[in-house]
Amino acid sequence: MTEYGDRYLVGNQREQVSRFRARVMLAVPLAAILFQVYVPRFLEFLGYLELPLLVTIYFALMRRSQIGGLFIGAFIGLAQDSLSIKQPLGMFGIVKTLVGYFAASVGLRIDVEHSVIRLLLTFFFYFFHQFLYWVLARGLLGRQIPFEIQLTLVLGVLNAVVGVTLFHFLDKLREPA
Amino acid sequence: METLLNRYRNITVLLLVIFAQLVLIAVQVRNDQDVRMVRVWSITAITPLARVLETVRGGTSGFFQNYILMRDARADNRRLQADLDRLKMENQFLRTEISTADRAKALVAFQQRTQSRTIAARVIAAGAGVSSKVVFVDRGSGSGVEKGMAVVTPDGIVGKVIAAYPTASEVMLVTDPEFAAGVVSQKNRVVGTLKGQGQSTCKVDYVPSEEKVEVGEMFYTSGDDRIFPKGFPVGVVRVVRASSPYQEVLVEPSGLERGLEAVLIVLEGVHQAIPEVPPANAPVYLGTPPPPSPGEQVVQRTGPVGTDADRLLEKYRQIGATENHKFGEGAPGTKPPDFNIKVPPPGETQGTDAANPSTVQAPAKPASPVAPSPSHPLPGSVPPTQPPHHQ
Repeated sequence: MTEYGDRYLVGNQREQVSRFRARVMLAVPLAAILFQVYVPRFLEFLGYLELPLLVTIYFALMRRSQIGGLFIGAFIGLAQDSLSIKQPLGMFGIVKTLVGYFAASVGLRIDVEHSVIRLLLTFFFYFFHQFLYWVLARGLLGRQIPFEIQLTLVLGVLNAVVGVTLFHFLDKLREPA
Repeated sequence: METLLNRYRNITVLLLVIFAQLVLIAVQVRNDQDVRMVRVWSITAITPLARVLETVRGGTSGFFQNYILMRDARADNRRLQADLDRLKMENQFLRTEISTADRAKALVAFQQRTQSRTIAARVIAAGAGVSSKVVFVDRGSGSGVEKGMAVVTPDGIVGKVIAAYPTASEVMLVTDPEFAAGVVSQKNRVVGTLKGQGQSTCKVDYVPSEEKVEVGEMFYTSGDDRIFPKGFPVGVVRVVRASSPYQEVLVEPSGLERGLEAVLIVLEGVHQAIPEVPPANAPVYLGTPPPPSPGEQVVQRTGPVGTDADRLLEKYRQIGATENHKFGEGAPGTKPPDFNIKVPPPGETQGTDAANPSTVQAPAKPASPVAPSPSHPLPGSVPPTQPPHHQ
């Protein structure tokens, strides 16, 4: 890419960077974690929703900052780890750190305002998240947990659909440019 | 170097963060210990929100549950109230049915008991006049009812037939101002004329002031009017006022006391006796004496009952039998029997029999102020026995 092209890209990206208030950046991940630990007590089928992951993807995509994305992922992942029983701290932290980093990297290069792009990205990162967690669990902890591809794909679609809807509402929390 | 760090800053930070978390995991796995501090932070951040959420959820859920319960309770209340109303009506209906059945039973029993020929009728309507005490019954000339026949119930007279139609009859009640019937009091047989007053009580006219009529005594039909057979109850005297030349006697008709539903029309009347008044000094029932206390002497008296003369005669008869003497056969101057020998008094056995619970002790004297006649002892009583009298 030429120097002019890089300048144009960076300038265009800066205009597209979404900004959020600090309380939104704090409250939304907390609400997502709370949803995951509280709601399945009463509605068990909602336990398949990975809201912390969806929130990580959204903020990483929209802020278009790799460092910001990885820290958001690490923060949410560690919080999720700390609320998981018999789960060493860092498992979800590493996975979501990588998801946040790569999501931010993708957000730097493509238009993530489109719903279809969001749907595909969410599906991809859900699958990536689940697969990476399975790899880490087997590699680091030696846990022989199965990886059901079909179920993961179906849940990926479901999470992607919910994610697109959730992103639509989270867009309203952005600060006006 | 600085340019290199700036160029690879993002990936460097990523690697550092990943490495830090890998170290964290390694430490936890190696020491088999948690990093408690991080968990405390997370739980401290999450639990207040969860508590608020749970409070809101519990309150909302409780509100809706209470609302639903209250709606159910209201519906239940309405349903139970409807059931209660229905059961009350059924209960009232059944009570009426039982009352009607009882009256019909009493009517049949009275009909079988009385000597007069009667026919049962049901009151189907009341007269239209304000002060007239007239009812219609469902038996008319087609059933043999004629004008002037008496109408009674087991409790007393009701009235008389003043018009007989083919299917119904018109009955003038005893309370009608135009009603009159001959009556006689139960105790002193005081004769008078019963007249209605248009009220709940009737008046007995033509009772001379010197005649004695008491409040509470019964009046019966005298049969003088040739409508009501003699001996049917009329009513109870409620008021007696001295006046001249006739007393004012008010009677409460007993035939109307329990309402009018079914009556008997007397087709052929038969006079019957007026029941006697029970005497004031009527014998009273005496119960058996209490069982004797341990060690007490019990005297059982089982002899024939009679007067002192009877007992003396029995004693002499026993003395004669003992000495082989026949009274009335000895010639003058012969030796009379020895009346001083001791013979057991007739019908008296004396001894201690405390172990026998069947023996009873005779009462010292009867409880009634009027001593019963020895020949007619009171039920359950034993006449006192005089000690043997030696002459």
